[in-house]
Amino acid sequence: MAKVIYKFGDDISTDIIYPGRYMATVLPSETPQFAFDDIKELNKLLNSEKTDETRVILAGKNFGCGSSREQAASCLKGHNLTIVARDFARIFLQNSINLGLRTVICPEIEAEVGDELEIQNDKVINKTQGKEFPIVPLPKARQAIVDAGGLIPYTQKILKQRMGIE
Amino acid sequence: MGQTIVQKILARATSRQSVEVGEVLEPAVDTAMSHENAALVMNQFQEIFAGLGRPAKVWNPNRIAIIFDHRVPAESKKTATNQKKIRAFVAEQGITKFHDIRGDEGGICHQILPENGYVLPGYVVVGTDSHTTTHGALGAFAFGIGATEMASVWALGNVLNVEVPDTIKVVVEGELPKYVQPKDIILHLIGKISAEGANFKVLEFHGSTIRNMSTSGRLTLCNMAVEAGATSGIVPPDEETIRFLREEAGVTGDIELIAPDEDAKYYQVVEIDASSLVPQIACPHTVDNVKPVTEVEGLKVDQIVIGSCTNGRLDDLETAANILRGKKVARGVRMLVFPASYRIYQKALELGYVNDLVKAGAVVMNPGCGPCLGVHQGALGDKEVALATTNRNFKGRMGNPESDVYLCSPAVAAASAITGMITNPQKGGF
Repeated sequence: MAKVIYKFGDDISTDIIYPGRYMATVLPSETPQFAFDDIKELNKLLNSEKTDETRVILAGKNFGCGSSREQAASCLKGHNLTIVARDFARIFLQNSINLGLRTVICPEIEAEVGDELEIQNDKVINKTQGKEFPIVPLPKARQAIVDAGGLIPYTQKILKQRMGIE
Repeated sequence: MGQTIVQKILARATSRQSVEVGEVLEPAVDTAMSHENAALVMNQFQEIFAGLGRPAKVWNPNRIAIIFDHRVPAESKKTATNQKKIRAFVAEQGITKFHDIRGDEGGICHQILPENGYVLPGYVVVGTDSHTTTHGALGAFAFGIGATEMASVWALGNVLNVEVPDTIKVVVEGELPKYVQPKDIILHLIGKISAEGANFKVLEFHGSTIRNMSTSGRLTLCNMAVEAGATSGIVPPDEETIRFLREEAGVTGDIELIAPDEDAKYYQVVEIDASSLVPQIACPHTVDNVKPVTEVEGLKVDQIVIGSCTNGRLDDLETAANILRGKKVARGVRMLVFPASYRIYQKALELGYVNDLVKAGAVVMNPGCGPCLGVHQGALGDKEVALATTNRNFKGRMGNPESDVYLCSPAVAAASAITGMITNPQKGGF
């Protein structure tokens, strides 16, 4: 079960997710502290609350638009979040998949903060409201990378073939 | 079935006759560009090789470009240390297209690549910067990727799992009225199709207005294609492309002009009548919140910014200098100008533009990304308003979520600097 902890509208940019002033911090392990730093209550919630529960950030269309900064994906992955959005901007979606941040494309999703969601392969069930919404599959070009466990293992696999490493 | 220009480029990059929209490919990369975020790319690159027990070696040091531009000179010890690590990596790997912080060859990556001939028509160009779309102005398929994806490119020389995108044909016809510029065309288009109107798609620019446009203007158009969500913008290369590459970029080798087929299949066709446009303004806090200047004129501004990979080229500075020559920047307004490269800066010095701007009260800063992304110089105070020729007006973009950023052309920015409020330069006196 997953719980909605924050709800956004459309066009949430990578400047909101990971402000430019922290771009000199690059190591994935160091980025989570700055997630949503300009939205103080959300940043505080993410950094203070330790939980085993799956936490969902809900968003409208075009989540992750703007910069290609990969910190925007690594900072959310570091908090073990799941992002359910009506749709995502291309580079953010690819970065998320490459790093293993769970992104769910759910064009009709309706939910509020506090709602309990069950995320299945093809649909999101809002248990609180008793409604379900279809999930759009990831672009097929990306599914192979998800299946390999991220882009680094996927690249290693190809490199091994090229180098003739068993 | 006819092919779009991007289909043709991807076919070539995969040694195929043709490719279909939706196919998944691993095209060979011609130019792979990074800036300071090469520090993260290096980290991911080393992680790839760490699991293999082989020395980390890039696939081709001559096809990798690294340009310092986001925070130059370094604003913090963290940035300075990242830059230092990148220099060591560049030396160790023998990377040849490296542009350090230097007054003879530095600048913004999206200006350095074109002006040095690092991009040719038909190339596949990837960059760890969303505005890599810029290079489509030269007839390349150029798109932004993340750092881990670039690490994979550095290792393999291919960009993995690229889905052949649909293409939207944008046809721009007619003569641009005085003080209506390429920036106004792209702002108008983004307002029309929305910030995600071209998500996962390519914008291919056609029409008499584009054919008559300089490469500089085409770079502005393609630069902001990403603000409509596009994977890339692209202009079919022509005689102007050859002129630019020969005369301004010093290219001496073969240049092949690649063109879409007459019967290419487009996802959508968008038509724009350039002759009916007025200057456009993107209002806070999304780039698609576009209004004609006539609806926002009179709004008081605190900071004017002319520069960036969108509008920091020589003709942009010329426009500003022509408007500001012999006039003064209004009291209470800070006007910051940052040329897109040192080559442009030098020419602007020779032609007297820098003198015109400084005498008017502008502060001419060193080439680089400057205040555009709010990490270095020119931050805004609470409740302040900036009017900028840059490409993004997201909340907090210029360093302060309590401020507003409006986007415009160089002509609007220069005229507004004189009046201290958003001004339509078409209305006399300029």
